[in-house]
Amino acid sequence: MTALAALIRRDIRIALRVGGGALIGVLFFLTVTVLMPFAIGPDLALLTRLGPAILWLGALLASLLTLDRLFMADHEDGSLDLIVMGRTPLELACAAKALAHWLAAGLPLVVATPVLGLLLNLDAAATSAVALTLLAGTPALTFTGMIGAALAVTLHRGGLLLAVLVLPLSIPVLIFGVAASQAAITGPLAFGTPFSILCALSLASLVIGPFAAAASLRHGLD
Amino acid sequence: MRLSGRHVSCIRGGREVFSGLDFEADSGQALAVVGPNGSGKTSLLRLVAGLLAPAGGSIGLDGGAAELTLPEQAHYLGHRDALKPALSVAENLSFWRDFGGGIEDIGQCLAAVRLGHATHLPAAYLSAGQRRRLSIARLLAVRRPVWLLDEPTSALDAAGQDLFAGVMRDHLEDGGIILAATHTPLGIATRELRMGGAA
Repeated sequence: MTALAALIRRDIRIALRVGGGALIGVLFFLTVTVLMPFAIGPDLALLTRLGPAILWLGALLASLLTLDRLFMADHEDGSLDLIVMGRTPLELACAAKALAHWLAAGLPLVVATPVLGLLLNLDAAATSAVALTLLAGTPALTFTGMIGAALAVTLHRGGLLLAVLVLPLSIPVLIFGVAASQAAITGPLAFGTPFSILCALSLASLVIGPFAAAASLRHGLD
Repeated sequence: MRLSGRHVSCIRGGREVFSGLDFEADSGQALAVVGPNGSGKTSLLRLVAGLLAPAGGSIGLDGGAAELTLPEQAHYLGHRDALKPALSVAENLSFWRDFGGGIEDIGQCLAAVRLGHATHLPAAYLSAGQRRRLSIARLLAVRRPVWLLDEPTSALDAAGQDLFAGVMRDHLEDGGIILAATHTPLGIATRELRMGGAA
C-alpha cells in the first residue's frame, strides 16, 4: 500500500509543480468553452441547449491533452523499467497512476464546470447536473485513455495516435454523459437511467483499463 | 544464492545479439560483463532484469526468496536514471525507497554518496555525476540481493568511483551479487564475462 500511495503522491506532486501540466487541461477547457459563444453567436437559447454538449466535448479534449504523458514521461527517464520490475503488481501501479492523473487533471475540470456554465447561459441546476455527470464520467475517460497511453509507449508514438485510439472508446461515455445532462435540464427522460449507465461505464473502465494497460506495457517493453 | 543463466540467447529487431551464453555468480561475487559496443551487454542485463524476454535458455536465482521473482529481488541501474527533474533530491530518493518498500534513512543514504548538501535541490539542477550518485543512493535505500549495473561508473569522478567501489564491496560482503556491464575497471575483484564481437 505504501508503494501505491508513494506513486500517487509523486505523480500528483509532479503534475502540480511548474511544467507539470495539471492546469494546462483546465486552461484548455476554459479556452474551448470561451470560444464557443463567439462561433455560435449570441443566441442565448441555442447556447443553453448546446451547453452540456459543449462542456462535455471540452472536458473530453482537455482530458486527452495531458494523457499521453501518463506513461511516456516515465518511459523516457527509465522510471517505467523500475516500476515494471517492482514488487507492486503492474496492474495496481497502472491504476494508481491513472488515479493520480484523474485527481490532478480530471477533478479540476469538474470544479471549473460551474464557472464555465455561466458563459453558456446555463442556470445553477443545469451546471450542477453537468458537473455531476462529469464527476461520474471523467474517470472513464482517464482509465480508457490509459490503455491508449500504454499503447503509445509500446508503439513509440505519442500525441495524435493516442487521440485516434482513445476517442472512439470514449463515444459511449460522451453519449450517456450528455444524455444524462440533457435529461436533468430538459427531460423528458429520467436523469437516473443514462446516469446509471454512465456510472457503469466508469466502473467497467476502472477494472478493464489497468489490466489492458499493464498487458500492453509488459508486452511492449524493450 | 546463485544467479545463473543457461544457453541464454537474445534476438533484437530480428538480429541475433548473442546465443548460447552461460554465466553464473554466487553470493559475494561480482561478474563484469565486458565486450565491444553492440555485443549485447545491456541486452543481457535487461534480460536478467526481466525487461526483455530471452529468445532461448533460462535465467534463474537459486536460494533467493522463494515467493519473489528474480526481477523483484534485483536493482537495475541503467543509462536512464529514473529521476524526476521537478522533484527534489530527497523526494526522488524517498519515492523509490517507498515504492521498493525500503526502510533506510534518506539522509544517511544521501550522505553515503556525498549528496547530503543537495537534499532540497530540484534534481533538474544536478550534474551528470551527481545524478549518477543519486541513482547509486537508490541501491542503498532499498535492499536487494542482486545488483544489475549498466556502466555504473560513467560520469563519476575519481572520488566517486572510489566511493562506489566501497559501496559495491560492502554489498558483496553482505552476500550480494553484482552483474555489471563496464568498459573500465570497477575497483573491486570481479570475474569477467566476455561477450563475443558483434559478428
